[in-house]
Amino acid sequence: MEINDTTGKEIVIDIKELYKSFGDNHVLRGVNLEVDRGENVVVLGRSGTGKSVLIKIICGLLTQDEGSVIVLGEDVKNLRARELEALRLKVGFSFQMSALYDSMTVKENIAFPLMRNFKHLTKAEVKKRVDEVLDAVSLIKSRDQYPAELSGGQKKRIGIARTLVLRPEIMLYDEPTAGLDPISSIEINNLINSIKKEFGVSSIIITHDLVCAKVTGDRLVMMFDGVVQKQGTFGEVFDSNDERIKSFYEYNFT
Amino acid sequence: MEIATTKKEKYYLSKGIDGFFISASKTFRFVFNYFIELFRPPYEFGEIVKQCYKVGCDSLPLISLTGFIIGIVFTKQSRPSLSDFGATSWLPSLIGIAVFRALAPLVTALICAGKVGSSIGAELGAMKVTEQIEAMDVSASKPYKYLVFTRVTACVFMMPLLMLYTSFVALLGSYINVQTNEHTSLATFIANAFDKINFLDLKASVIKAVVFGFTIGMVACYKGFTTTRGTEGVGKAANAAVVTAMYLIFIEELMIVQIVGWFR
Repeated sequence: MEINDTTGKEIVIDIKELYKSFGDNHVLRGVNLEVDRGENVVVLGRSGTGKSVLIKIICGLLTQDEGSVIVLGEDVKNLRARELEALRLKVGFSFQMSALYDSMTVKENIAFPLMRNFKHLTKAEVKKRVDEVLDAVSLIKSRDQYPAELSGGQKKRIGIARTLVLRPEIMLYDEPTAGLDPISSIEINNLINSIKKEFGVSSIIITHDLVCAKVTGDRLVMMFDGVVQKQGTFGEVFDSNDERIKSFYEYNFT
Repeated sequence: MEIATTKKEKYYLSKGIDGFFISASKTFRFVFNYFIELFRPPYEFGEIVKQCYKVGCDSLPLISLTGFIIGIVFTKQSRPSLSDFGATSWLPSLIGIAVFRALAPLVTALICAGKVGSSIGAELGAMKVTEQIEAMDVSASKPYKYLVFTRVTACVFMMPLLMLYTSFVALLGSYINVQTNEHTSLATFIANAFDKINFLDLKASVIKAVVFGFTIGMVACYKGFTTTRGTEGVGKAANAAVVTAMYLIFIEELMIVQIVGWFR
């Protein structure tokens, strides 16, 4: 894997000149982004600027039109099916609407990817790992509940637990606090930070919630019209004369 | 036919043609994947058994009722024509041929297309629009193998069994009607009903049932997997799963009857 010249850390995600269009809608227009090992990068921007498309390309759910996406040293576009599956075990994806399997209980939801990918694990080992991550998201009591019986915040945490159970090196969060009340949002923000500390994962957090960005982000990346407009710490990004960045900040806090 | 002249028309025409070929290639790959998975163990036996149970249980009450009524009604409607020639004793063999060769596979398939096809289409469609299928994909959980392969295999396995069951229930209905009117014994009825049925008939019916089962499962899964536009899309997927499968079943019925005719 490449080393970042500035920080001296390993680069786990390296995106260069990324373009993606859907018909006549040019969503990404030359995005460049690097994520270091153990770093939380928050990608901010208005709806429709291609933030979710960006992380879907990173995990191979979508394919770019041009540019390269190197994840953990692998060029995602050129991977064969089995290689992509192996990479996906190292990249967790937390969906905006949680995407829990509604016909399964919480414990079955979490055990599902484990049992599909590690068939050699015994039932006791699976149970242990499920309980470990449920404990990490503080929802051990909900293990026998169905997704329909959970609140929005609980669903998000279970969704995160389901990706954590595979012990990923990278986490991709798609709008982790969208649709949540302020207290649930704070819980999710704290969870993202504790995952970084406890599991040592690198993360990309897609959001337009500035509180989430400030609390969880080591570095912020501001996107407008499919390109990275500005990046840096929270202070660096919002200490700007750019009208669009200023109005984005003001709308969030007024 | 008017030929597209303006640039805009030409653009939309070429876009339409491209779209057709892209969609055809996607469909082909989706179907072809099944045969690749067929030779790629491990298989989800637990899930296949669960789906077999669902396919069977979903359709059994409706199939029982329909098969029974078809047996009675077909016998009742055929009697006057045969009685004009004093040939009511041919009723059992007429019913036997009609049920085994055509009615049982077709009726079973149409009922399953409605009951099982819509259920699979709606279930997978709902999973698609709530990103559950993508969630399986990103966790390397092989959604095609888990969701599509198991359901299509269950339909392929269960359809011949359900078809034989429909035949049995239809003959039972027919027997009750024949026994009431002609006082024929069960042994005579069975002997006459199976007299004109040969192994080719049974083989052709089982092949038909397998093909229909594959069609119902595959169409429903494809429609579910390609669902777009939220809950409205789920409804459309369920509907399209039934309608498309029914069209294909009739076309396949015609083709198989034609092919079997060459061997008869």
